[in-house]
Amino acid sequence: MINLEPALLDTVRHLETPEGITLSLRVAGPVARALAWSIDLLIKYTALLMLLLALTILSRGGFGLWLIALFLTEWLYPALFEVYASGATPGKKALGLIVVHANGTPVAWPAALIRNLLCAVDFLPVLYGFGVIAMFSNRDFQRLGDLAAGTVVIYRDSPVLAPSFPPGLALPPPPLSLAEQQLMIDFADRGATLNPDRQAELAGLLTGLTRQSGIAGVERIRAYARWLTGAQS
Amino acid sequence: MKQRQFETHHGADWQAFAAQLDRLERRPVPKNAPKSAPLPVLELPAAYRQLCQHLAIARSRRYGSALLTRLNQLALRAYQQLYRGPQGRWQAVLDFLTRDFPQRVRADAGLFWLCTALFYLPLLGMGLAVYQAPELIYSLLEPEAVADLEAMYALERPTVDRAASSDLAMFGYYIYNNIGLGFRTFAGGMLLGIGAAFMLLFNGLFIGAVSGYLTARGLTETFYTFIAGHGAFELTGVVLAGVAGLKLGWAVVAPGRLRRGEALRRAATGGVRLIIGVVALLTLAAFIEAFWSSNHAIPSEVKYAVGATGWLLVILYLSRAGRHAA
Repeated sequence: MINLEPALLDTVRHLETPEGITLSLRVAGPVARALAWSIDLLIKYTALLMLLLALTILSRGGFGLWLIALFLTEWLYPALFEVYASGATPGKKALGLIVVHANGTPVAWPAALIRNLLCAVDFLPVLYGFGVIAMFSNRDFQRLGDLAAGTVVIYRDSPVLAPSFPPGLALPPPPLSLAEQQLMIDFADRGATLNPDRQAELAGLLTGLTRQSGIAGVERIRAYARWLTGAQS
Repeated sequence: MKQRQFETHHGADWQAFAAQLDRLERRPVPKNAPKSAPLPVLELPAAYRQLCQHLAIARSRRYGSALLTRLNQLALRAYQQLYRGPQGRWQAVLDFLTRDFPQRVRADAGLFWLCTALFYLPLLGMGLAVYQAPELIYSLLEPEAVADLEAMYALERPTVDRAASSDLAMFGYYIYNNIGLGFRTFAGGMLLGIGAAFMLLFNGLFIGAVSGYLTARGLTETFYTFIAGHGAFELTGVVLAGVAGLKLGWAVVAPGRLRRGEALRRAATGGVRLIIGVVALLTLAAFIEAFWSSNHAIPSEVKYAVGATGWLLVILYLSRAGRHAA
């Protein structure tokens, strides 16, 4: 993946497509992945326990079938889901994660098998020790299996902000660069997610620009944003 | 054009586009989503290029992050729909088993012979040593395990044959244990090849010790008729799992002109195909072991003949299959 914009401590990765645009992916860190793994573990062993109860009623032969099920669950459960269920095991799905190739395309059989068979070394020496060390040694949080398979775990959806700022006065801002204009709009869009005090505090950093302080400064930035986006006043 | 005008102008197109993506991804339609008819599938590529243009325009005009995120998300989803690999077909499985797999084994002939040596030399050495001095087996096995072993291959055969359900249980056990070992050998190769080499050496020593001990104790008839049938497939599977593992290790140790990560990815792509072949070999071995090897009604001569045929087949398969195919 290529990095277009310098970003410190950011988990967004940029990916250029053949159409000449750049897509952004958000890679998932160890905590979300560990949670997904725990959910999968719970699902796997609940299913295996139920199957064991059901099959051992059928005597020793049933135990053989159960061992085959144990083998399949242990090695192939994640790969099956990743290939046939849009890149996510139930646990990953619950956390909103998917596995993709490093070029952003959906994961296919060879890569899914590699990353899940190599779980065996990631798990060493205890509880994914090597896997976690590997995850912290590269910028895409890839464990050893991911490195060999060329896969990354990303968030399936980015939280989309509902652009919500109430209609009102629109004012032309003083001359601003494009990046600064974008900041004005983003601030207004995020109004619903910040409490009024915090908004006022942030707007207070721009008194030189707005020549207003407190809540009046917030209103002034909203007015600029309305003007910039062409919102109805 | 201002952002809101841009949104009003193209909003309906984006909604139709999103509706088709929802359908293709089989995800439930969000409840509060505005109703809109999905775009016809055939128009998706053109609409995707259109969307890419919208995203590029929105970026260069520095529209708000909310809009950019929404367009990026749509483009990413469409990208994943359009650029997915071809779906698997049964023909591909057949081609793999009849051509691709033996070709790949021959392409790694060097590693194959190395793994053969790593497995069979300790096997023979330990076998001969334990044959000369049977007590050496206690360096590898617990006394109880040795007692179990003797009981298992005792010359007095059970009067009643093992029940069919018991064969099935053993089949499940062989699948779980043997293929699991194969996978661990492959994965162990990632540790600079040490894990894979260790598995080969250890399995060689173990099998050698057991064979040498049982031969020294004169239990040859029961032991060799049991292992004859599946030996060719199982031992070859173990060696090939080692090849797949050492391939990974070698890529990490000596990546050549490639970057280490790239060398590893290429080795893993080749290695995982070898492992799929190993799964086929070990499944066949488990089947024979559970349902044929354990059958005491079959005369020893037949078992030895079948075992020899197995070796012949494996050697012919790995050395000849797919030689003339492109």
